[in-house]
Amino acid sequence: MSGEIIMTYAIAISLLVGAIFALVGAIGLLKFNDSMTRLHAPTKVGTVGIGAFLLASMLHSFTYGEGSMHELLIMAFLFVTAPISANFMAKVNIHRRACDTPPSPPRDDTWSTLNVPEEDKHVSDTAAPSHRI
Amino acid sequence: MSFATQLMDVALIIAFVVAVLAQIMSMIRLVLGPSTGDRILALDTMVVNAIGLIVLLGIAQGVRIYFEVSLIIAMLGFVSTVAYARFVLRGDIIE
Repeated sequence: MSGEIIMTYAIAISLLVGAIFALVGAIGLLKFNDSMTRLHAPTKVGTVGIGAFLLASMLHSFTYGEGSMHELLIMAFLFVTAPISANFMAKVNIHRRACDTPPSPPRDDTWSTLNVPEEDKHVSDTAAPSHRI
Repeated sequence: MSFATQLMDVALIIAFVVAVLAQIMSMIRLVLGPSTGDRILALDTMVVNAIGLIVLLGIAQGVRIYFEVSLIIAMLGFVSTVAYARFVLRGDIIE
C-alpha cells in the first residue's frame, strides 16, 4: 500500500516536470527573436518533456496495471532523432540565410549548405529575399 | 481516494492544459513564420506535443493501445521533418 502511494507521487512529479518543460519550450518557441535561438527551446520538449511524460506512463502501468517497458522504445527513438532533425533545421536556416552565415571557406567557392543547384538558381534568387525578416 | 491519487489527477489535468497550450503556441509560431526554418520547427514541435497528448490520454484512460499510436506518430513526424528540410535544402526529397 505504501509503495503504491510513493509510486503515485512519482507519477505526479514526472507529469509536472514534463508539463513545465513543455510550457517552457513552447514559450521559448514563441518569444525568442532569432531563428537559431528559437531552435534551442523546443528540442528540450522533445527530450525531457516527452521523456517525463513517458516515464509517468511507465510508472502508471507498473503501479495500476501489469506493467510494460514499451515506452522506452518511443523514448529511445525520440532521443536518437531529435538531434538529427535539429541539425536539418539549422541547415535550413543557414541555407535560407535566416541567421548569420558562416565566413567564406578558405579554398572552395562556397559552403555546400549555402550552395544552390545550377538548375534552381533562378528559383532561389527570387524566393530568398522575401523570407528575410 | 487518498491525497496522492488526488495529486496525480490534478497533475494530469495540469499536464493536459499545458500540452494544449504548447500546441496552440507552436501553432501561432507556425502562422507567424517568418522563415521556412521556423515553420518546420513549429511543425516538429506540434508533432512532439501531439505525442505528449496521446501519452497523457493513455495515462488518463489506463489503457495500453495508445503506445502504438504514439510510436507511429513519432516515426512519421521525424520522417516528415527530414523530408521538408531536405526539400528546402535540395529542391528534392529523394535524389
